[in-house]
Amino acid sequence: MKGIKKSFNQNHVLKEIDFDVKAGEVHVLLGENGAGKSTLIKILTGAYEKDAGEIYWGGKLVQITTPVDSMNLGIATIYQELNVIPELKVYENIFLGREIKRGGKISMLNHKEMRKEAERYLGMLGQSPKLADQQLSELGIGQQQLVEIAKALTLDAKLIIMDEPTSSLSSTEVEQLYSCVEQLKKKGIAIVFISHRLDEIRRMGDRITILRDGFKIETLPVKTTETDYWIELMVGRALEEKFPMQSFTIGGEGFRVESLKVPGTSELVNFSVRYGEIVGISGLVGAGRTELARAIFGADSHGGGKIFIGGKQVRIKSPRDAIDAGIAFITEDRKSEGLLLDQPLDFNIAMASMKKFRNKSGMINLKAIRDEAKNYLKELKVRPNDIDLHARKLSGGNQQKVVIAKWLCTNAKVFIFDEPTRGIDVGAKVEVYRLMNQLVESGVIVLMISSDLPEIIGMCDRVLVMSEGKITADIAIEEASQERVMKAATGG
Amino acid sequence: MKEVVVQKDESNTPRQKKTLKDYLSKFGPLIGLVILMTVLTLLSDKFLTMNNMMNIARQSSINALLALGMLLPILTAGIDLSIGSVLAVSIMVMGIVSVNMGFSPIIGIIVCLAVGAAFGLFNGLLLTKLRLPHPFISTLGTMNIARGIALIVTAAAPIAGFPYMIQFLGSEFVGPIPVSFALVIVVYVIFHIFLTRTQTGRYIYAIGGNKEAARLSGINVDRVLIIVYTISGFMAGLAGLVMVGRVNSAFPLAGLSYELDAIAAVIIGGASFFGGVGTVWGTLIGAMIIAVLRNGLNLLNVSADFQMTVIGLVIIAAVFVDVLRQRKNKKR
Repeated sequence: MKGIKKSFNQNHVLKEIDFDVKAGEVHVLLGENGAGKSTLIKILTGAYEKDAGEIYWGGKLVQITTPVDSMNLGIATIYQELNVIPELKVYENIFLGREIKRGGKISMLNHKEMRKEAERYLGMLGQSPKLADQQLSELGIGQQQLVEIAKALTLDAKLIIMDEPTSSLSSTEVEQLYSCVEQLKKKGIAIVFISHRLDEIRRMGDRITILRDGFKIETLPVKTTETDYWIELMVGRALEEKFPMQSFTIGGEGFRVESLKVPGTSELVNFSVRYGEIVGISGLVGAGRTELARAIFGADSHGGGKIFIGGKQVRIKSPRDAIDAGIAFITEDRKSEGLLLDQPLDFNIAMASMKKFRNKSGMINLKAIRDEAKNYLKELKVRPNDIDLHARKLSGGNQQKVVIAKWLCTNAKVFIFDEPTRGIDVGAKVEVYRLMNQLVESGVIVLMISSDLPEIIGMCDRVLVMSEGKITADIAIEEASQERVMKAATGG
Repeated sequence: MKEVVVQKDESNTPRQKKTLKDYLSKFGPLIGLVILMTVLTLLSDKFLTMNNMMNIARQSSINALLALGMLLPILTAGIDLSIGSVLAVSIMVMGIVSVNMGFSPIIGIIVCLAVGAAFGLFNGLLLTKLRLPHPFISTLGTMNIARGIALIVTAAAPIAGFPYMIQFLGSEFVGPIPVSFALVIVVYVIFHIFLTRTQTGRYIYAIGGNKEAARLSGINVDRVLIIVYTISGFMAGLAGLVMVGRVNSAFPLAGLSYELDAIAAVIIGGASFFGGVGTVWGTLIGAMIIAVLRNGLNLLNVSADFQMTVIGLVIIAAVFVDVLRQRKNKKR
């Protein structure tokens, strides 16, 4: 296999892009949301048809018009949302749709053979053969992903496309994926890797292609080029700073949580936040950070505890109470917990503050909603700037801005961000950070849960570290090092 | 390619122009109705007459009311299978109160609507308080319970001889227009305002779009669902009132499988089974399409058995057109 070369031309999304992958290399695609990465991948996998251009596979011109064409060539894709069936065992998932059968008239399934084959392929990825017999639902997301990769191997894939494979993995799972990718490279399998995490690209990538506004900007070797240069090419201008940290005068205590019981643990949590500071909450996946935020917000029933805003105690039993008390909760998963994907943007923005738009007769003032939504879209630079558009049509970064607009619209005094920049591009990240600064400046309390330690250290004034449901450290940012935070996070 | 291109500010791009295609997809059900009526006009000279039009208006009104009630659960990604049975039990109880027991017709009407609403409330409570997994199951249960009660209360005997006031809605005319159809229009306008302009109405769409996001946006999901099913039951009572006027009797098997026609009308009218998408006007057109189809096939002397087949095909075609449209939308 020599590699694929393609160039094609579609009106707005992609404009004459050349792209090639060599056997045994990891080729990274980098670009802001909406730069055309997904479209390019979808053409390769046959989900979209190209308008113009040619695709070469192993030096020969090929036609990819359906997903089957792409599969037959040996192209496999690992999407962010995994295509696995949790109720089935690992080997059943691997051979789903292509079960090995015994001979004879009534073709019974040959479980033994399938299990053996599955064990072999899992072994190639450095996994224990025991994994083959486990129920998929018992596995973590990282291992489920490996099962998908094993499936790709059984399909004799020569090119594996990975779309942000690490975005929902814990750090040990990420390591596992790295070593698995090394194995694949040794076998001469080509990998197209989409990621927003620059440290990861540096570590895994051989070459990097940067896309912007549907143009291919450049293909560079990873080893000999600077990260800042990639960003510059990606956003089309030099990015002044990755973390626009601003220091404000620290005021008095604005938010306090007292002996709050976090569901699923026996621990009581105490902490407070002062005006003028951004407080980060760090910890490993499963440390109880999201659960803490949900408990504060009244999203699950919780076993008591006190919450004070601006010195006054507030009673929170439901999200409605929390919103009325002035708390906003930007959830980790904007698609399943934040947005109405098939509703227009103005409705999404007004959803949590309908009461505000009610006139004396109890009717909703639709024009007021439209006007206010328009203002937010403009203020937050949401693109495209169209309140009638359905939320599904926006890129991740712009969807996140709409979610933030929804909470700005409630005039909240306390903002809890849960992984606010996950899966959004560098440009949008900076805009989210700037917005946090503006909030703090205007006297709003800002808490940020994040697994991205550089982000916490870059943006926060103070970091609370959680482990097994309790806060194990409260560190001023000047004293916070990666080591110190990790030590507290692992309970050391 | 070393120089860095300055990014264009796209925030001022004008809104995309609505294309002919957008209009076609928005008014798909209406266009279907117009085509259907044109064809029937060409096939039968009896079709496009004032008399026949009013006939269709009258025949469609019961299903139109039930479908409007059904729209709400479907908007929340639910369903209400019990409305046909609830209709029956509402009119049977009304018959007992106002015919057998001789109470005033006003009390009869109130009882009829209240019984419908009570069964709807029961559905809502099953769903939200007992946390039954899907309204398909809870309303299937209620469907059987309500039908059973409708049969029990008079030992399966029909009740006839309702007072004029009760019959008024289903039998009278204002000029050439049936009162029942005027009622349909009034109720549809009220629902339109309810769904588009009130907080609860908007919450119904939010819940259908994404229940968890709605809850985390401070919406009291349980309360809204209870209201939705109560309204659906109330509408079954109202449709029952119209039916009693039309046939001048209440019988325990009234409204048998009417829920299916109501679901068909809602779906033909462009609502999504997955919730969050659908309008009252779409539902009205859906109900009209079914009524026009029935009427037209009658005029053409097509047997009732064959009519069912045709309506089945129309349901599948309507949903298929919708699926095609969405597939196209996603590809764009």
